[in-house]
Order: sequence, then C-alpha cells, then structure tokens
Amino acid sequence: MALIPNIIFHVLIFLSVYVQVFFLVTFLENRKKIVTRSGKIKLGNYPEVTIAVPCWNEEKTLESTVHSLLNLNYPKDKVKIFLIDDGSTDNTWNIINKFGSFPNIKIFQKENGGKYTALNLALQNTTTDFFGGFDADSIVHPEALARIMGTFEKDPAAMAVAPSVNVYDAKNFIQNAQKAEYNMGVYFKKMLAFLGAINVTPGPMTIFRKKVFDDLGPYRHGHNTEDMEIAYRMQKNRYKIEHCSDAYVYTHSPSSVRKLYKQRLRWIYGFINNTIDYHSVLFRKKYGDFAVFTLPMGIISIVSVSYLFAGIVYNLGHFIYSKILVLSTVGWNFTWKMPQFDLFFIHPRSFVLLIIFLYCLIIFAIMFGRKMTREKKIFSLNMFYFFPVFGIIAPFWLLKAVYNTIRKRKPAWR
Amino acid sequence: MIDWKKYLIVFLITAGLFVTAIYLNNYFGDKKIDQLKLIQDKISIDILSSETQFSLLSELSCKNVSGSLLSGELDELGHKLDWGQNNLGATDEVSYLKKYYSLLQIKDYLLMKKISASCGVKSAFILYFYTTAENCNLCEKESLVLTSLREKYPELRVYSFDYSIDLSAVKALLTIYKIKDTELPALVLDDELLTGFHSVEELDAKILRKP
Repeated sequence: MALIPNIIFHVLIFLSVYVQVFFLVTFLENRKKIVTRSGKIKLGNYPEVTIAVPCWNEEKTLESTVHSLLNLNYPKDKVKIFLIDDGSTDNTWNIINKFGSFPNIKIFQKENGGKYTALNLALQNTTTDFFGGFDADSIVHPEALARIMGTFEKDPAAMAVAPSVNVYDAKNFIQNAQKAEYNMGVYFKKMLAFLGAINVTPGPMTIFRKKVFDDLGPYRHGHNTEDMEIAYRMQKNRYKIEHCSDAYVYTHSPSSVRKLYKQRLRWIYGFINNTIDYHSVLFRKKYGDFAVFTLPMGIISIVSVSYLFAGIVYNLGHFIYSKILVLSTVGWNFTWKMPQFDLFFIHPRSFVLLIIFLYCLIIFAIMFGRKMTREKKIFSLNMFYFFPVFGIIAPFWLLKAVYNTIRKRKPAWR
Repeated sequence: MIDWKKYLIVFLITAGLFVTAIYLNNYFGDKKIDQLKLIQDKISIDILSSETQFSLLSELSCKNVSGSLLSGELDELGHKLDWGQNNLGATDEVSYLKKYYSLLQIKDYLLMKKISASCGVKSAFILYFYTTAENCNLCEKESLVLTSLREKYPELRVYSFDYSIDLSAVKALLTIYKIKDTELPALVLDDELLTGFHSVEELDAKILRKP
C-alpha cells in the first residue's frame, strides 16, 4: 500500500474506533440509567398533546396508523389528532374522512407542499402545550405517549422527547437488515441523549413543547429532512432533546433495495446539507457534544465509508485485472486447484484486528438495542444481514448524496 | 458542559487499542520471520545434502537417486518467500532468505542436470530471469505462462531468479547466459536463451521438441 493512502486509511480507522469507544464509555457511565418498562405508568398529570399526521398518498397504511393513535393509553380528551391530507392523489382523503366524526380527530386538506408545510398547518391550529408529528406509515405502542410525557414530567428542562423507532413486521432480507440497524439506532440515540447531542428528532412521535416552535419558528424544508433540521436548530439554541427509549414506534421499512436507496439518499443528503447550513456550530464548544462529537462523527462515517469503498473498488479492479491477465496470457489452459490450507498465510494485520474490534462493538450495539426494544431474543442471526446490505449499498447512497450536494441536485422524497 | 477528560480518556483507550493491534501485528510478523528462519535452516541442510548427494552420485546406482530431490519443497519455500516479501515487507531477513533460496535452486539445477544425464531421467529445465526492481508487466505474464506449464508438465523444473538480487552465483548465471536487464523476462531452456515474452504455445512446442 502506498504511504499516503495508507496513512489516511489508518487515520480513518483510528477515528472510527474512537467513535465506537466513545459510545462504549458513555454506555458504561450511564448504563444504570437505562430503564425498559413493560407495564403501564401513571403520570402526575396528563397535559394535552396534539399529534399531527401529514399524509401524502398513504392509503395503504393510514388506517392502522390512526387506530394505533386512537389506542394510546392516554386520556382520550387529552390527545388531539390532526390528519392532514397534503394533496394526495390516491384514496387517502376518503380514508381521512372516515375519521372526521371522531371527537378528538380534526381533519385538514391542502395542496401538496411537502411534509413540513402540512406540519406547519397543524402547528397553526395547535392550542396545546405539547405538539408532535407522526408518520402515516407508522404504528405507535399504546404506552409510548404516556412514557414520553413521563420524561417531560421528570425533566422540566427537556424541550423535546424522541421515541425509539423500530421496523414493523420485517419480512425479507432487506427489512431484517434495517431492523438490525434500527436496533442499533436505539442504542446510539440513547447514548447521544446522555451526551445531549441528538441530531434527529424522528418524524413519528417525537413530542415537542410547543414553546420550541413559538421561540424558534415553524418547521422548515430542511432539504426534505425537516425532522433533522429542527433538531439542529434546537441544538444551536441549546434546547434539550431527550430520548425515551421504551416509547416504541414501529415503522414500515422499505422492502426493496431501490426504495431503501431512495430513502437513505434523502437522509444522507439531508445530513450533509443541514450540516453545511449549520456549519458555524461545528467544533464550537458552547454547542456541546453535538458540535464536537455528533456532527464530526457523521462526517467521519461518510468519509470512512467512501474511502473504504474506493479501496475495495480499487482492489476488486486489481483482482479482475489479474484474472483477465491470466486468461489473456494462458487462455483456458490453467487448471483450477483448491489452494492448500497453510496457517503460514494467515496473518492478522493490525487494521484487520481493529476492524474486527469495530464489528464486535457494532454487534454489541445491535444486541443491546434489541434488549432495549424488548425483542424476544437478544441474539438473532438476522441481525447479521445488516453487514452485507449496508456494507455494499450504503457507499452508493453516500457517494450519490455527496455528488448531489456538489451538483446541487435535490433527491425526491420517494 | 463538554467533558474533555472523557475525550482524552477515549483517546488514550483508542491509542492503546491501536498500539495493541500493532504489537500483535508485529508479534505475528516476527513469528512468520521465525518460520522463515526455520526454512532458512532447512535450506542450509538441503544445500549440504544436495552437495553431498552430488559428490556421491558417481558411486550410487541410479535406482537410489531420488527423482525429486527438492522441487516440491522449493516451490513451497518460493511461495512463502514471495508472500513474506509482499506482506511483511522486503526486510533484511526476507531478502537474505531469498538469496539462500536462489543458491539452492542453482544447486538443485546442477544436480538434476547431472542425474538427468547420468541416469537418463527425462526432465526439462527452465531458468527464468525476471526483475522486481522496476514494473515488469511482461515478467508478470511470463510467470503465469510458466505456472501453467508446470501444471501441465510435472517433470518440468522451473528455477526463477530475480535479476536485481545481489548474489554472485546469480550474477555468474547472468554472465554465462549473457542476460541483460533490457531483455527481461529471459528464459534459458536447455541452454537456449529466449528473451522477451513467450507464450504457452511457443514454450509447449519447444518442450515437446526435446529428445
């Protein structure tokens, strides 16, 4: 390996190990604070909450979404559900209409303007002190809202509380890979919450104090990731974002590589561009670990994955070249022989050991995330789908997001 | 607000992990060098044995002469040295071993030629000269051709020499066969010098033409 690429490679490995060790140390410091409740909880008081569901062509999932909201174990008169049709072209409005007669449901119809415009319409009509969005492709656990409001009750400084998002009914290889990733995400989000450094307030069921919007203004387009932009804005204004790890939300995950690619392209594009928009925050200590850890961590991930991918492509190219050279030189005269196994040729290079260590920490994160989300088994072979799916496809959406940013091309929502 | 002490502790842990990984890498690298040193000892014994056998040959009947004295082991040692050079770096130990290896090949070549002549054992010899000092694409291709030929003719013995190796015995071969670095790769097939790239078919024809 040439010297400079080799140094860059080792620096990136060092930074990647640093990030994972940082999470591990945070976990060891705070592990006793992680509570995973199974039963109902009682609150001192039950503040009124508005939950807005923006809908754009959601005829397939909307009904079950609304039913799950109606089944929340929270006083019915304290939950106001807003269903907003954001210019759907399918049967969504008819489904919304079915719920129009429910006393705690209010329905709206508007021209298509994007999710953030639907959320802002809801905000304009909100009279409660707490407000949250909810994605029309998600299902909420009956206890989630009470647990989230319990977090507000316990911590008056909390300005928003994010839930734990899981994959709903993972069926195929791609969805199981995402399930492992979401499990891991629950663990990481909790660690980021301990650091006060959350950078995304997930679309489904993050509840905000209405004061956040009164003070900081409504949702913005945020490069199609309004739930990230509002989190960045809150962090910039030092508004505390908490995480209630046992407030579960289940989301329908993309079922094909193509759909997953489009979704992640949007997310990563959002990350890159929101980070550019808020670059003045980076490494400024007054913005805490968000500025010194979370954002640099995201940048390191993008650079590392892209660099490693370029290395893999280079090596693959080299391998193919060597095979072509064999074919062009000796034709089909060569014989395929099984190489004899000899321990001599097994050599644990330092970077291989460090990558194995990284993988172990990622497996730990997935397993602990499963524990936090009360999966029946902490260990599942399905979680190993994560590595091939994200290892192979993630570099493509990362690189495309970087390319789109350079070319100023905005990815579509779906 | 920011716990800088934690950042420092994590840095130290990460650095510790890095140092441990590098230590393990070097530890196992040293083990490989030790294994290569064992090979070096084996080569020394083999050279001595080869020489002894060489001098005894005139007194031995052809029945007692082993047809494949060192070739299998030579191949294996060659592979391991190549691997060592690529993965452990061109250390002094590795280049030292490479010299020994070249010497052993010459010894084996001389001995096998003698056996072949005295006992009428059918065999073909190729001396192959390549270079690692510069990028030699043709050498890379020629190596593939020779590997393929060796698989096709088990009795074919190919001895490979790095042109740039600093060993007087190899230099002597270069002088004998008048090999220049501008004509690499070069092959000596039964005392006939062939320079540049030669395909499987060409060498095949030459080997088959042999009496």
